[in-house]
Amino acid sequence: MSVVAELNQLKKTGKGGKRRHKENKAGHLFLLPWTLGLFGITLFPMMASLYLAFTDYNLLQPPEWAGLENITRMIGDERLHKSIEVTFTYVFVGVPLQLAVSLAVAMLLDRGMRGLAFYRSVFYLPSMLGSSVAIAVLWRQIFGHGGLINQILGNFGIEGQGWVSSPDTALSTLIILHVWTFGAPMVIFLAGLRQIPEMFYEAASIDGASRFKQFFTITIPLLTPIIFFNLVLQLIGAFQNFTQAYVVSNGTGGPADSTLFFTLYLYQQGFKGFDMGYASAMAWVLVLIIASLTAINFWLSKYWVHYDD
Amino acid sequence: MTDSLQTTSAPSGGARRREEDMSANTAALAQSTGAGEDRSPMKSTTAAGRATRSIIKHVLLVVASLGMIYPLLWMLVSSLRPDELIFRESGLLLTSLEFGNYVEGWNALSHPFSHFLWNSAVVVFGSILANLISCSMAAYAFARLDFRFKKPMFALMLLTIMLPVHVVIIPQYILFSNLGWVNTFLPLIVPKILATDAFFVFLMVQFIRGIPKDLDEAARIDGAGHIRIFIQVILPLMVPALATTAIFTFMWTWNDFFSQLIFLTSPDVYTVPLALQSFLDSTGESNWGAMFAMSIVSILPLFLIFLFGQRFLIKGMATTGIK
Repeated sequence: MSVVAELNQLKKTGKGGKRRHKENKAGHLFLLPWTLGLFGITLFPMMASLYLAFTDYNLLQPPEWAGLENITRMIGDERLHKSIEVTFTYVFVGVPLQLAVSLAVAMLLDRGMRGLAFYRSVFYLPSMLGSSVAIAVLWRQIFGHGGLINQILGNFGIEGQGWVSSPDTALSTLIILHVWTFGAPMVIFLAGLRQIPEMFYEAASIDGASRFKQFFTITIPLLTPIIFFNLVLQLIGAFQNFTQAYVVSNGTGGPADSTLFFTLYLYQQGFKGFDMGYASAMAWVLVLIIASLTAINFWLSKYWVHYDD
Repeated sequence: MTDSLQTTSAPSGGARRREEDMSANTAALAQSTGAGEDRSPMKSTTAAGRATRSIIKHVLLVVASLGMIYPLLWMLVSSLRPDELIFRESGLLLTSLEFGNYVEGWNALSHPFSHFLWNSAVVVFGSILANLISCSMAAYAFARLDFRFKKPMFALMLLTIMLPVHVVIIPQYILFSNLGWVNTFLPLIVPKILATDAFFVFLMVQFIRGIPKDLDEAARIDGAGHIRIFIQVILPLMVPALATTAIFTFMWTWNDFFSQLIFLTSPDVYTVPLALQSFLDSTGESNWGAMFAMSIVSILPLFLIFLFGQRFLIKGMATTGIK
């Protein structure tokens, strides 16, 4: 069961009523490291960053209460708007594209087909390496002016351009990188496909349903919980991507802020400019964006995700 | 078929997993008897038509696979080429082997590259050890024990999986820098000792739930306490989940750039990703050969894990759905 399904489950079961708990001491003892971490490394810092979001703080002087200043500043900050635009473009183009490709390939890799394990491995490899600096370095060369892509295009007599150095195309190279790592959701789709009972297809073909029809009436509906799960996770993950944009643009988010991911701008504000108050405010904006999109996703899921239990 | 092997190695992981095992096995069975082919026999499909379709599919898949790994192969080949060829050769044919790039890249920074590999290894293995201990303890509590506030704590744990790190990283930075921990590996390892990688807690909870409770009961009747049950009964049975955790921790920590960039600023404590980045910074784009060589070195450990630990990766993802 996935995280998403588990949360749904918790919501359904509700409170168990008051009763004695047999293993209070042992339970809290085993949970001690986690509890310390929850309060010390997660909840307390969250509260602290919420407070800092309303202050002016540069690490040297103590935080100074600034009220809504950071928020009004955000409203007028053009680079911030640009970074939101860049991030949304990346997420809303990259994630659906990646999921569509991963689903299509998973469908091609039919169960029991010859060479399945081999293809699965090859397609999975890029998503294992994709978030590394090494691959970002490679991407920068491949899509550079004299890079691999332009050499290949040159063989066909097409004159390429510097894809990462042009503001019009730099973000697209990162989206391509994201799609290239489709192996991870693909593996999850494959596992989901395997859970669809064979007899559904048998029954459908006895009734004379075409493969095409079977796809839309059996496969897709039964796969919707997995599609939903992948969508939620990939969306949350894609909003937080950082490394590729940093390496490809040398940490600037350039050219002309075209790869300025929200997280990259946050890093620049907080850890280059040491404007911790503003960066904290930005972090909360990110949380709110992700939380509301996830909530919308859950709400929409009622209309298209089929749970048979 | 590797799948059926790996599924049987896990001790019957709950109803759902068992169901999955069964479908994997029936799929394997269907394949071996040749019955899998006619899952959806279209009325018009002839044997020849099926064969053509299968060939087309394989050609398509082979071409796609090649396209997917071409950049990686090309990087490997280019790292063994003289620099000037990198901008001319888009093919994979090597006329001679040049290890000069490796020698040059290895010594390009203030420390030999082995220094950064060692630093990364310390962070990675510290993180793995921390995750294995703290996450399995928490998972045992959530999966087996009955205590106050269990439900809200469990819900919180699930929510922290989805929490963006950015909302805690600034206060964490302030905290750790006040403790004098910046430019040490502590900010990267201590949170893991405190089980902040909640994802693995979740993964292990799932796994422990699939271990029959009779085993705990039997041990309890023999007079074992929770600590003994945990160490002697549960831990040995959850080795597959521990392996999955170790491998994912390796992968994520080895690739992690954001938190290492923040907490490690002095070249003495640079890890591999930081070393690569600073190499790129210092040489600009003038030395791709050496850059590629060190990039290959940096992904080599990941590739080894890919070769030998893949079944744990795939299993972990299939049952819990992670990147």
